[in-house]
Amino acid sequence: MFNLEPTEEQQLMVQTARELAKNEMDPKAHEADEAAQLPAGFLAKSWELGIACPAIPEQYDGAAMERSAVTGALILEELGAGDLSMALGLLAPASVAYPVLDYGTDAQKDKYLRACTAAEFPKLTAALLEPDYDFDPTALRTTVTKDAKGYVLNGRKCRVPNGSLAETYLVYAREGAEGFAGVSAFFVPKNTPGLTVGAKEKNLGVNALDTVELTFENVHLPPDARLGGEKGCDFERIMSYSRIALGALAVGVARRAYDHSVEYAKERKTWGQPIATRQSVAFSIADMRMELDAARLLVWEAAWQLDRGNVATKESFLAKLTADEMVLKVTDEAVMVMGGHGFIRENPVERWLRNGRGFAVFEGLAMV
Amino acid sequence: MIDFEHHEMLRNLAGAVEQIAKDHMRPFTRDVDEHEHSNPDQYVKTMYEVLKMTGGAMNSPVMGAKEQAEKKKRTGNVTSVVFIEKLAWGDCGMYLATPMPLLGGAAVGAAGTAEQKQRFLKRFQEGEPKWAAMAITEPGSGSDSGSIQTTAELDGDQWVINGEKIFVTAGKRAVEESEGFVVVWATVDRKAGRAGIKPFLVDHHTPGMKVTKLEKKHGIRCSDTAAIVFENCRIPKENLLGSAEVKPSADATGFKGVMATFDATRPPVAASAVGVGRASLEFTQEYLEKQGVKPRYGISRNKLTAVELELMKMEAKVKASWLLTLKAAWMSDMGEPNNLEASICKCKAGRDMVWVCQKAVELLGPEGYSRKHLVEKWMRDSKIGDIYEGTQNIQKLVVARRIFGYSREQLA
Repeated sequence: MFNLEPTEEQQLMVQTARELAKNEMDPKAHEADEAAQLPAGFLAKSWELGIACPAIPEQYDGAAMERSAVTGALILEELGAGDLSMALGLLAPASVAYPVLDYGTDAQKDKYLRACTAAEFPKLTAALLEPDYDFDPTALRTTVTKDAKGYVLNGRKCRVPNGSLAETYLVYAREGAEGFAGVSAFFVPKNTPGLTVGAKEKNLGVNALDTVELTFENVHLPPDARLGGEKGCDFERIMSYSRIALGALAVGVARRAYDHSVEYAKERKTWGQPIATRQSVAFSIADMRMELDAARLLVWEAAWQLDRGNVATKESFLAKLTADEMVLKVTDEAVMVMGGHGFIRENPVERWLRNGRGFAVFEGLAMV
Repeated sequence: MIDFEHHEMLRNLAGAVEQIAKDHMRPFTRDVDEHEHSNPDQYVKTMYEVLKMTGGAMNSPVMGAKEQAEKKKRTGNVTSVVFIEKLAWGDCGMYLATPMPLLGGAAVGAAGTAEQKQRFLKRFQEGEPKWAAMAITEPGSGSDSGSIQTTAELDGDQWVINGEKIFVTAGKRAVEESEGFVVVWATVDRKAGRAGIKPFLVDHHTPGMKVTKLEKKHGIRCSDTAAIVFENCRIPKENLLGSAEVKPSADATGFKGVMATFDATRPPVAASAVGVGRASLEFTQEYLEKQGVKPRYGISRNKLTAVELELMKMEAKVKASWLLTLKAAWMSDMGEPNNLEASICKCKAGRDMVWVCQKAVELLGPEGYSRKHLVEKWMRDSKIGDIYEGTQNIQKLVVARRIFGYSREQLA
């Protein structure tokens, strides 16, 4: 029956994420952005909360929560509202853990899921994006071919989160024909010959996030490096989970900018009256709210489809498409509500605009 | 638990309504557009029998303010938006010509006593098809409905109504072509402003009431939009809905009743807009697929053609508006205040479905402009969703006031 109320369990996790966002992320976001570095200890401390990948089974010492994209979307909205750099840093290992959970061989599960429940922050991340204007997950230019000993990987990846920190990359590459079915994923340890890890990238936004370029030149991999072994993985579904994750983060970023605009418009006065009493500002904020609510429901619905076991390629694509445009519009309007102050880096709206712009080009940076 | 699937009974009923839309609306949709104000007799007859059988005719399509205040959980609002979306998909003008209480019933539901609801709505369960209408707008009073000039004066045991109402949906069918009624909002005390405005139920064929004009419209041409003049029109004292007392405080029976009515009717209006938008979307998708265009979901956005991208945006907008509508209706069912969400869904569905329907004309190329296809009609039909029940700008005002907690005086 139609219902939009999260379960009590979901509400508890949302509460945990909200407190993390409010206490540890939002207040430290400006400094981290300026320093181009995540706050010391943030990753380890927040990973311990168990909200980045709560579905790891008990046998790997996980919290064994239900595997739910809806739950993930609820949590990631809160993290997005905290700070996008920190959220993406925190979520990077989950982009490995979830596909391993869904498709990994027993040995892969044992190795990587356990790494995700160990005391240390997991040094795992996934690499999907490539430096091309028409980057297309269904037509990756990073390729893998078989040879006598295993696989050979060639190509380039970029915007790889936690790229310097990570010790193992889950690299997506084209193995077969164009299309989702032709893509598989490979575990590549950092010290593998032929892999070059670039310097930390400088981006428009998410400055505090450590992202790198990876170059693969005839990188030889053993047969067990392939995610899921012979069976491989369902890359189409992985992309759907990822698009829902990014859509939820976009909703979070936009919500934070919206809330900030509401507060500011009530306080800031011109000609003796709060600017919220002017239709030009009030209508802009009403629009922000409408687009925000709309995008959130699309994200939830797509997530719900996945949780029911349905293919949700279209739903997650449309949800992300909508959320990408929404977050840019909302953060841009948030800058305009503040006028000149919005342009000053001390005020967070310009950072949200820079971060918000990223979503249209982000793919595979997070997973639910 | 978050769930987007309707319960089984609603799914079955919705399927039946969809069949009615396909069999009894779509075959006549062009004809009723070309012959403005003609009556879709077959649809009306079929629908009236269905409504009588299911008990739907008796029910106001929306929950009144009082039921909302009781915080009683129910499913009526979600059910009605699901039905309305399907009927509007069939034909929005014909949907508005459905023989049911519609807005008049909503007003009785929101402002009337239990006895009045029983007395006035019972007729929809029996005999020939009937309509009910609501009359608020006047030549000099639109969105500022607090400024209406129509008066009601008590004379013995009768109210005497004088004034002119315009834009009365189903007005002629309600008062001249069936044994229905119109709810007229009139002031009992001009000095009292909004607090003096009360709803009066005027029965069909009451002397002193005359339909003076049927508007010729951009779209929804099957729906009669009437001007009604009241000249010393006398109605029984008991036909005032709710209390006659003029008090400026929170009074759900007076002008607040108008507003409560609108809170309850905005999601249905949004649903009707979505129905038209979905009709346009589906036609465009099928038409373009025949021409070899099939949107490639999931690939690089920079590889998509402009047409693919526009088609996808149409689809996302239809879906988003629909989910916002369901959300507002669901909140109402849960007994939660939904003033903000009701305006959000109406504003967004009204605006975005116009965009969707206009885009459909464009995406079909020169053929989109031709009256041999329905997209040009749906474009005209969609525009009313952006206007009636409070224009897009009025909805934005309501949304903004709720966001900031401002009164109408603080944000005008």
